[in-house]
Amino acid sequence: MHPVLKLVVQRIALGLLLLLAVSAVIFLGVEALPGDTAQAILGQSATPLALENLREKMGLNEPALTRYFHWLGGVLTGDLGTSLTNGTDIAQAIGQRLGNTLFLAGCAAVISVPLALILGIIAARYAGRWPDKVISGLTLATISLPEFVAAYFVIYLLTQVFPIFQPVAMVFPGMGFWSKLHAVALPVIVLVLVVLAHMMRMTRAAILNVMQSAYIETAELKGLRPIQIIWRHAFPNAIAPIVSVVVLNMAYLVVGVVVVEVVFGYNALGQYLVDHVTKRDLPVVQAVGLVFAGVYIGLNILADVIAIVANPRLRHPK
Amino acid sequence: MRIPVSALFGLVLTGVFLFTAIFAQWIAPYPIDAAVGGVWEGPSARFWLGTDTIGRDILSRLIYGGQITIFVALASSLLSFGLGSFFGFLAATRGGWTDQILSRVVDLMMAIPALIVALVMLSVLPLNLTVLILVMGVLDSTRVFRLARAVAMDIAVMDYVEAAKLRGEKQRWVIFREILPNALSPLVAEFGVRFIFAVLFISTLSFLGLGIQPPLADWGGMVKENKDGLIYGKGAALMPAAAIALLAISVNLVADWVLTRTSSLKGGRGG
Repeated sequence: MHPVLKLVVQRIALGLLLLLAVSAVIFLGVEALPGDTAQAILGQSATPLALENLREKMGLNEPALTRYFHWLGGVLTGDLGTSLTNGTDIAQAIGQRLGNTLFLAGCAAVISVPLALILGIIAARYAGRWPDKVISGLTLATISLPEFVAAYFVIYLLTQVFPIFQPVAMVFPGMGFWSKLHAVALPVIVLVLVVLAHMMRMTRAAILNVMQSAYIETAELKGLRPIQIIWRHAFPNAIAPIVSVVVLNMAYLVVGVVVVEVVFGYNALGQYLVDHVTKRDLPVVQAVGLVFAGVYIGLNILADVIAIVANPRLRHPK
Repeated sequence: MRIPVSALFGLVLTGVFLFTAIFAQWIAPYPIDAAVGGVWEGPSARFWLGTDTIGRDILSRLIYGGQITIFVALASSLLSFGLGSFFGFLAATRGGWTDQILSRVVDLMMAIPALIVALVMLSVLPLNLTVLILVMGVLDSTRVFRLARAVAMDIAVMDYVEAAKLRGEKQRWVIFREILPNALSPLVAEFGVRFIFAVLFISTLSFLGLGIQPPLADWGGMVKENKDGLIYGKGAALMPAAAIALLAISVNLVADWVLTRTSSLKGGRGG
């Protein structure tokens, strides 16, 4: 087997194993915490009989391990159980909302990645001079803000000072693509701000790192223009760290959307998760938590695989 | 020793924040939970920053909110430091199976975003200060663990550690008397970063309604309470948001300075 293929297969297998372990943590770890699910649902004033009935109904009297494998079997066949609070099918509810979440995160990714790369390249080209200082200064200010703080500044600026957008992001089925895009403009701007800084700084650092190599000096002596040096020589060699930091930030978007969805009242997976944490609806929380963890781990595997494939030393073994 | 302007700015602001947090009871002009004015009053001589959604003085709530935010964040970052550096040093000095088990557990905890883990845990646990501090401290200790382990690995191969081991010192001596004093400076620089992370974490949880519960208020919870005002053009929700941002930026400035100072010290020794 080709060594690259072997590494990739190994990485994916390790990722799947990790996902399995995470599912066990999400299910069994919660069991190990103090706190009684039946009590949490019925409240402190519940009678012992009612508690016993509910435990029986939910199968809480069986050993935790049996229930875990039962749950895992359900997850693998697409059956995530039903919600405790309103009895709806969880898999269906997730299916309806996952699209909205992916649309939001996708829009943010499509805008933030090229923007971060361009800004990073400009900052590296003019390293130490004013374009670099302006870009680095602005991104440094956004890097220390949590999503919801950034969100409220953006809301205030773009709905009050310059009234361009609506402060709530409502999307519903049957909405046209463009009106949907207009509706999510504000949350997308917030998400772009949150992930932009890190990607831009890494792009700049990765390119500047490569710029110290001997072949860059050769290119300079050959008389290439600085932007050509960056584009033809530095960028291709800096691509592996850049791609992995980009994908890691896409994984970070997964967490960012949870908060941003709540800020804008956007009906999607993050809002669904937070609502059901408040209601202490454990099956929903576990299922949605597993979905988020799965996407996060998946993107992390992707980052590693791209780093492996992009490494010329591994691609062309001696 | 010259302190750069940005670090001085950060130091002074951090100091002001800490001072108001400690002496909140004496500084705040009004009690935390008393409706003392009209709803959504603008800034005036009586209420410097105006009043909130049910007529409470925003400045007073901001001061008390800072006390809770900073206290919770400080407690959980101290916990994460204690746990993380102890287990990190243990993994580095023991090696072998201890290291393997600890490191794999940490890998597993870091495989999912901390916010998601916290949400799953908080759906079962009762919501109170102790639980919040414990959850945040344990989740964040993973990052300290990795740093402490890496730093201690470097120190553990030094001659003086070897010498201590050869003269038959116990593990406790090696960890506390040999490794800890030498690992302190990178860990202290990291502390600022962890503290800010805890501030942002507790603010986010409270904003989602899963952190500090009313009638207590912290900055994240205040943003949540006043968010409707923003649609009517009231800036009340921006005040606590600005406080979070300002605290984050000023501590970051200090941490950056400590970090560059400690690393330039190392450079000066020719290492």
